[in-house]
Amino acid sequence: MVCCTGLWGAQPVDTNTAILLTMLIPAAASIGNLLLRNHANLRDSMTLGAAAATFAAVLVILSNVGNSTTEAFSLLTVFPGLDIAFNVEPLGLMFAIIASGLWILTHIYGVGYMRGNNEDNHTRFFASFSLAIGAVMGLAFSANMFTLFLFYEMLTLSTYPLVAHKGTPEAIRGARTYLGILMGTSIGLLLVAVIWTYTITGTLDFTQGGILRGHITGPMVALLLGLYAFGIGKAALMPFHRWLPAAMVAPTPVSALLHAVAVVKAGVFTMLKVGIYIFGIDFLAETGASEWLMWVAAYTIIAASIVAMTKDNLKARLAYSTISQLSYITLGMALATSMGALGGGMHIAMHAMGKITLFMCAGSIYVATHKTNISQMNGLGRIMPITYGAFLIGALSIIGLPPLGGSWSKWLLIVGAADAGQQVMIAVLMLSSMLNVAYLLSIVGKGFFWPAKAGEATVIRESPTLVWLPPAITAFGCLLLFFYATDIRDFLMPIVGGMR
Amino acid sequence: MSAEALHTARTLSDHLPILVVLVPFLAAPLTVLIGSRRLAWPIAFGAALASFIVSVLLLLRVLDSGVISYAIGGWLPPLGIEYRIDAANAFVLLLVSAIGTIVLPYTIQSIKNEIPPRHQTLFYTMYLLCFTGLLGVVVTGDAFNVFVFLEISSLSTYVLVSMGARTDKRALTAAYDYLIMGTIGATFFVIGIGFLYAATGTLNMADIARYIQEHGTNRTLETAFAFIVVGMGLKAAVYPLHLWLPNAYTYAPSAVTSFLAATATKVAIYVLLRFMFTIFQPDFLFEMHAVRWVMMPLAILAMFAASLIAVFQSDFKRMLAYSSIAQIGYILLGIGMLSTTGLTAAIVHLFNHGITKAALFMGVGALVLRSGGSFYAKIEGMGKAMPFTSFAIVIAGLSLIGVPGTAGFISKWVLVQAAIEQGYWPLALAIVGSSLLAIIYVWRVIETLYMKQPAEGWTRQEAPLTMLVPLWIMAGATVWFGIDTDLTMTAARTAADGLLHGFMGGAASGY
Repeated sequence: MVCCTGLWGAQPVDTNTAILLTMLIPAAASIGNLLLRNHANLRDSMTLGAAAATFAAVLVILSNVGNSTTEAFSLLTVFPGLDIAFNVEPLGLMFAIIASGLWILTHIYGVGYMRGNNEDNHTRFFASFSLAIGAVMGLAFSANMFTLFLFYEMLTLSTYPLVAHKGTPEAIRGARTYLGILMGTSIGLLLVAVIWTYTITGTLDFTQGGILRGHITGPMVALLLGLYAFGIGKAALMPFHRWLPAAMVAPTPVSALLHAVAVVKAGVFTMLKVGIYIFGIDFLAETGASEWLMWVAAYTIIAASIVAMTKDNLKARLAYSTISQLSYITLGMALATSMGALGGGMHIAMHAMGKITLFMCAGSIYVATHKTNISQMNGLGRIMPITYGAFLIGALSIIGLPPLGGSWSKWLLIVGAADAGQQVMIAVLMLSSMLNVAYLLSIVGKGFFWPAKAGEATVIRESPTLVWLPPAITAFGCLLLFFYATDIRDFLMPIVGGMR
Repeated sequence: MSAEALHTARTLSDHLPILVVLVPFLAAPLTVLIGSRRLAWPIAFGAALASFIVSVLLLLRVLDSGVISYAIGGWLPPLGIEYRIDAANAFVLLLVSAIGTIVLPYTIQSIKNEIPPRHQTLFYTMYLLCFTGLLGVVVTGDAFNVFVFLEISSLSTYVLVSMGARTDKRALTAAYDYLIMGTIGATFFVIGIGFLYAATGTLNMADIARYIQEHGTNRTLETAFAFIVVGMGLKAAVYPLHLWLPNAYTYAPSAVTSFLAATATKVAIYVLLRFMFTIFQPDFLFEMHAVRWVMMPLAILAMFAASLIAVFQSDFKRMLAYSSIAQIGYILLGIGMLSTTGLTAAIVHLFNHGITKAALFMGVGALVLRSGGSFYAKIEGMGKAMPFTSFAIVIAGLSLIGVPGTAGFISKWVLVQAAIEQGYWPLALAIVGSSLLAIIYVWRVIETLYMKQPAEGWTRQEAPLTMLVPLWIMAGATVWFGIDTDLTMTAARTAADGLLHGFMGGAASGY
């Protein structure tokens, strides 16, 4: 009976090593990309291997949960009380699983897309991409706000070359906006908030129940929360949302993984971390400090949805849809109820799966037709059934219809709003769903039911396998998430102090 | 220290405080006497390295066992000249000697391109003299001795700047401007010291401090203070007194700029710190209000005005020069807060900014070697042609902005912390606001290097290793000191504590 310790028998790798590996493998892949710049096939398969290895390392961490004694470590101390430290925590682990798992698919898709479109500078592209994933892993496993901030900035910087990838004046301008807003908010507001927190509490460790209680009172709590909420520019809370549409000049794989999953989710992930572990949900509820934030989030949800309806460029529409959906998560935190926070956490997973499907479909349409505007996409659905089928499923999940994953997180958020006694927020969520229907399903409708332009039906074909397969898989993932939602909820329970 | 102790035999290690200055001081004439272009560099490098090693030993010893006092020639202070080393100057000593040593290999290629052969031996002589002067200013505990060393370093600096004349004749006018302004500064400074001497009858810093503590201040002392602060402010390029700096930095040979940017203004700030806190004592500063109401507004003005000017430059070197003025603003702001954390921030930024700027100026020099000019139009697309140089520039540029994981972040963190501690909210916002300007001016360079197409017919050709290695040592140091702050923060905090809390009060009774 001594042999049976967990799923793997004896642990193959202990958790701390695995955490380091999740960061080191992508970093090594990035360097490997630069070294193998003249061997395209070798380089791309090496990165695929690295993606798989990173995912495996995250799975090892998952399998070790509960039977590992080493789930936290400090790499080094920068100042007394400020460590670069990592630990395993449900929200971060979930984020790491999503990001590393989707990296594999996106990489396959990215290779297909970059080659299918004859883009330049593949090496720089994949090297930056790997580095960005490494930063996401570090962010997900950060044990304190200082470490998180470090990786947050690293993520901004490593994704800059991806946004500016095409090197056209438009791309450079977009990248400037991207960098300007993200670094402007993070240095101008978030850094101040972090240092403020450190100055009054003497620690930045993520602690169950928060660290601020007893150190700050009155309106200052709301002010500090404001510095955090707007400082986390990656969460795209209005009015600091402009970087996200600007980043859409990037090649679609970037938009898919980084701007539907990694970067934006890093933002709302940070938001949840701050709400849960720095302020503490109860502290927020007692002080009412987050009430204003709830309204800002609600405003962003509705306003971004309305803007999305006016956008004819498919990626721009999806970008505004993302802005709207991100604020669901911020709203979940701002409700300051357990259910809200839980719903927000779960929405990270659900929205990631749905939105990456939509973006990859958009890229698939672009590869096949070189069309970017929705008004030109009439009738494409019948020509590209797999792409449009995946798009439909992804859209339904975003809208929140069963039997797709998105329905559960929306459900929990509504319960959270009810718990908080905020009926208006329930209405906001409902209204947003209806707006989602309007701007997402109209694309599918035009694809299937409107006639294609004469002659197109014979010229255009479904995109290459490497391009349509990944969105088909993630669309299936949306379906799976519906049935595994309870597991995810139970997994996330500890973040609000519940039992696993 | 008792009189008997002085007459007992002393080991070499007791003489460290003088050796750090003496070795380069003697090496300087040696290069002229030998007169060989080939031998000049090894001599200079050997001397600089020796100073560096001695500085490390001194810093370790000071952090370990406190203040070191050394009487030159056995003449006891306050009559004789005293060299006095505490954490503050040991730390600056380390910065100056480290930069001086690391820049030297870099000079080989830089001066080969920028200085006519017949001047190359003399270049090392001047370099060593300047090095000596800067170290001497830092190490001494005698007010007049500061002036002497300051002049040694300044005069040699004027020559060094003018040596850029082969590439651009404007180096001559820049050197002349610097000469005039520098001399005015030095004159103010020596007038200040004259007043101090008149009022207290002594030139030993500790002695002056004790006198002021015992007898209180009077109008003469206040005048002396004003003269000294303005004089040193000129040397340190404190905002409206900065006019000599942009031209001097732009037209001097790259190696000279790298060295000066990291050391000369920093040493002047050190002197300012020493006079403000050790001689005049914090109480005096509080009473004067001069610091809070003159220095802080000037600091903020520097942070914004100079950063804004930097944003609109079209020459990389000049942009860095204006950014230096802005960064000096940060240091002054830290000083102006008159708190331990503020002073720590100032001192640690003195160091961190020193290495960051040295790396950047070295990077420009390497670029210029291949591009033929530091204008943005000339260095377009150099990221492809010189990937290693360009990437080092990116790293140092991030440190200039203060991105986490770099040295610049550490200083900014401490500075903001100091502002928040005292409830100076607008200051905290001003600090981060000015960092946002830094993002803009740094990003203009990064875009130019990476996002523009290189000129027709470009080839991939890196700078020689004698440039790349020092450049990467500096760039690596900006990352190293951004992650491992044990050395910098301990030294800075000890120094700040020493400056603020009775270092003199405790030690003045020592002899």
